Amino acid sequence: MSLNIKETIDGSFQLVGADFTHAGEASTQLKQKLAELGVPDGIVRRVAIATFEAEMNAIIYAAAGWLHYCITPQSITIQVVDMGPGIENIELAMQEGYSTAPDWAREMGWGAGMGLPNMKRNSDIFKIDSVVGEGTTVEMIINFP
Amino acid sequence: MNLSEIIKILEATVIVQPDTEDFNIQRACSADLMSDVLYYHAPDSLLITGLTQLSVIRTAEIVGIRAIAFVFNKTPDAQIIEFAQKKKIPLLSTRFCMYTAAGKLYEAGLTGC
Ligand SMILES: Nc1ncnc2c1ncn2[C@@H]1O[C@H](COP(=O)(O)OP(=O)(O)OP(=O)(O)O)[C@@H](O)[C@H]1O
Ligand SMILES: [Mg+2]
Repeated sequence: MSLNIKETIDGSFQLVGADFTHAGEASTQLKQKLAELGVPDGIVRRVAIATFEAEMNAIIYAAAGWLHYCITPQSITIQVVDMGPGIENIELAMQEGYSTAPDWAREMGWGAGMGLPNMKRNSDIFKIDSVVGEGTTVEMIINFP
Repeated sequence: MNLSEIIKILEATVIVQPDTEDFNIQRACSADLMSDVLYYHAPDSLLITGLTQLSVIRTAEIVGIRAIAFVFNKTPDAQIIEFAQKKKIPLLSTRFCMYTAAGKLYEAGLTGC
């Protein structure tokens, strides 16, 4: 299947903190959308993994957030904005294995300290911005072939 | 490797049946932490895990894991089983621990992700 993207497609999903029942739905829907648009499997998977990790962080660490996406014929940009506690030391948070995940998230299988590294690894461009007491924004761009 | 062979090797109970007999598994990985699973690009693989939460099914769907085997005879709650059915992800339960389950499958030729 060839890429079937003629114009810019954008949209948003609302994320609710600690809502584990719906956690992952935004990423799953975005994954399906990209597959329908004819984006190759390997790239769909990279987007899905990176988006899911960002979605989960917003749900685990913040009270609320948004997932915005913008798809063009060349690439997809995903922005996850949360109204959470922010990250004091981004360099430390980016290290593989570093985690402050609370016990209730660990019981659900989170807290490996691999989320941010997985986002970076699967993105062509990865940016993170955080203000303590205000929130965190992660922006990821993944190019299409 | 066909899923039926995996079921035999793991002496597994089938919690969610595959929707086809021709259910092929290419590789396997084992983890209890979801981001360790998300480290792999593991399409058409089997996940061996001790975690029976909803996150496991979500994670499987995101990375394209085709089937899940729970160790120590663990079984997820009814609503999680229902969710896996909806997502067409077969679920197995084996009495073996993660190390033994993985070892048995590796020995039979199923390689890592
Ligand atoms: N959106 C966020 N708001 C506040 N803190 C965050 C946010 N995202 C990450 N962090 C901090 O950075 C740490 C590392 O995040 P990362 O996603 O890499 O691992 P994790 O969430 O702890 O575990 P997992 O491997 O399950 O993702 C977190 O434990 C947390 O302290
Ligand atoms: Mg995380």
